[in-house]
Amino acid sequence: MESISTNLVADLKRKAHDFRRDILEMTYAAGSGHPGGSLSAIDILTVLYYHTMRVDPKNPMWPDRDRFVLSKGHSCPALYAILADLGFFPKEELMRLRKPGSILQGHPDMNLTPGVEMSTGSLGQGLSVACGMAIAARLDGKDYRVYCMVGDGEAQEGNIWEGAMLAAHHRLDNLTTILDRNVMQIDGTTEQIMALEPLAEKWRAFGWNVLEIDGHDMVQIISALELAKGTKGKPTMIVANTVKGKGISFMENELAYHGRALTKEEMERAREELREKDESA
Amino acid sequence: MSRPKIATRDAYGRTLIELGRKNTDIVALDADLADSTRSGWFGREFPERFFDVGIAEENLITVAAGLATAGKIPFASSFAVFATERAFNQIRQSVAFCNLNVKIVASHGGVTVGEDGASHHSIFDIALMRILPNMTVVVPADAVETVLATKAIAEYYGPVYMRTGRSAVPQIYEDGFKFEGKQFNFELGKAVTLKEGSDVAIIATGLMVSESLSAADKLATEGVKARVIDMHTIKPLDVGTIVRAAADCGAVVTAEEHTILGGLGSAVAETLASSIPVPMEVIGVRDVFTLSGSPDALLNEYGLTAGNIAEAAKRAKARKEKNEYSL
Repeated sequence: MESISTNLVADLKRKAHDFRRDILEMTYAAGSGHPGGSLSAIDILTVLYYHTMRVDPKNPMWPDRDRFVLSKGHSCPALYAILADLGFFPKEELMRLRKPGSILQGHPDMNLTPGVEMSTGSLGQGLSVACGMAIAARLDGKDYRVYCMVGDGEAQEGNIWEGAMLAAHHRLDNLTTILDRNVMQIDGTTEQIMALEPLAEKWRAFGWNVLEIDGHDMVQIISALELAKGTKGKPTMIVANTVKGKGISFMENELAYHGRALTKEEMERAREELREKDESA
Repeated sequence: MSRPKIATRDAYGRTLIELGRKNTDIVALDADLADSTRSGWFGREFPERFFDVGIAEENLITVAAGLATAGKIPFASSFAVFATERAFNQIRQSVAFCNLNVKIVASHGGVTVGEDGASHHSIFDIALMRILPNMTVVVPADAVETVLATKAIAEYYGPVYMRTGRSAVPQIYEDGFKFEGKQFNFELGKAVTLKEGSDVAIIATGLMVSESLSAADKLATEGVKARVIDMHTIKPLDVGTIVRAAADCGAVVTAEEHTILGGLGSAVAETLASSIPVPMEVIGVRDVFTLSGSPDALLNEYGLTAGNIAEAAKRAKARKEKNEYSL
């Protein structure tokens, strides 16, 4: 594997830091949305789009592009921030999130937003869709890879395990799935509501190559995604241990921020924290 | 008149192989009913393009959606009851909302599934599929029409639900889509007027088209001239043909192997309510769960026979003659 330069890591961290601001600003402007799970996912998405994946913002439907399916569709502010930065659409659109006539819907819409590969939002479906994409790549003899991010609460859906079986059965080694293990769902922690542990063992038992990482450590994220690329005969599941609301002190591990935007006062505090981090960077 | 009987699922299975030979983008999926739905025939011919996902209908639909995003033309099959009801939200979210080119071709529609009973009869599928934006809904009446419908939906880009049946059903059309010597063209969204008539119009779909033709023969012996329309596409609905039938005949009967709630009868009523309200009778299952029995026994039990249609036609005609809508 290539060595991971400190410059690369610093660049990715800077990007993710900016995207955290975008996530909070766009949901604040919208007056609603899901900032908590967007913040837990953003470091992984940043590595995917700025290091791992092959995409072309000028040609969003390029047949050989890698695909990313955000199965936990409510975290789309994270995806939108990245797609805007890459130039799939103008950055100003972020401030029109969830507003009438915007190309940025409350949950991803593949027919409205360039760069969005699949419309999601009803949980549990993205992994099987990604399996279909991975099978299509194989049928067409193409070498693109398919990436899917699943939420941990989402893994309570039966459709996820149907997809898990199928991916292993067909040895879809061109499929990498990342599970955003922030341990929280709307009604409480996953372990209180419907326990998922031992989660990594479940995926192993289903026939997957399973890696466990700190989902906020850029080096670990890069390494795991590269390891997945080199794994033959099995799909890879990266269980990424994350923190819901990561990066804003008062949002971390706070259920309240799953599905609501910040208030004016909270937004001021968050901006202040982000500014301090700007200065220390 | 005795017509040879062929199951529409058999016609579908044969046609899919033919299409698969010409177009390598066509793939088929099933959920452990491949032998019954006939998608397995495609699977034997093209094993590399056939995917049995096991008993997992949600997976069936979502994997098909993923294949469609990459330009494949997936034909996903199961029994109608399971394909539409167990994966409804998957069809809504990952197929219809995305407007993906997925063909859901489900066999064992209606009550003529027979002895397997309520759990296996599919009498809600047309209603469920019809309410989804972007969805096309097709119910062929016989084997000849199924061949043409299968080819048409493969050509058409967009989500489609097509229902086939388990039981062998009478042939209506001759090869080449002729009826009583008259040549027709099969076009999605374009109904076929099989018999002209001005006393009452019978608008039917699927197996009920054959029953409606028998009903029309029966009515003719009593001097009642019934128009018979094969509404093979329930969505998009051929509004023009329906409105013209109501205007010409002044009384309408619909007939479907489906609940009277939300299917063809509802679609026609919605159309006529806002155009030409005329006396209308709806033949279908009357808001009950249907029970086990032979296909013929069930058609009798639930009022889905030529006799029932003829009676309904006479009721509609009598209501017209009573002028019941004028005050």
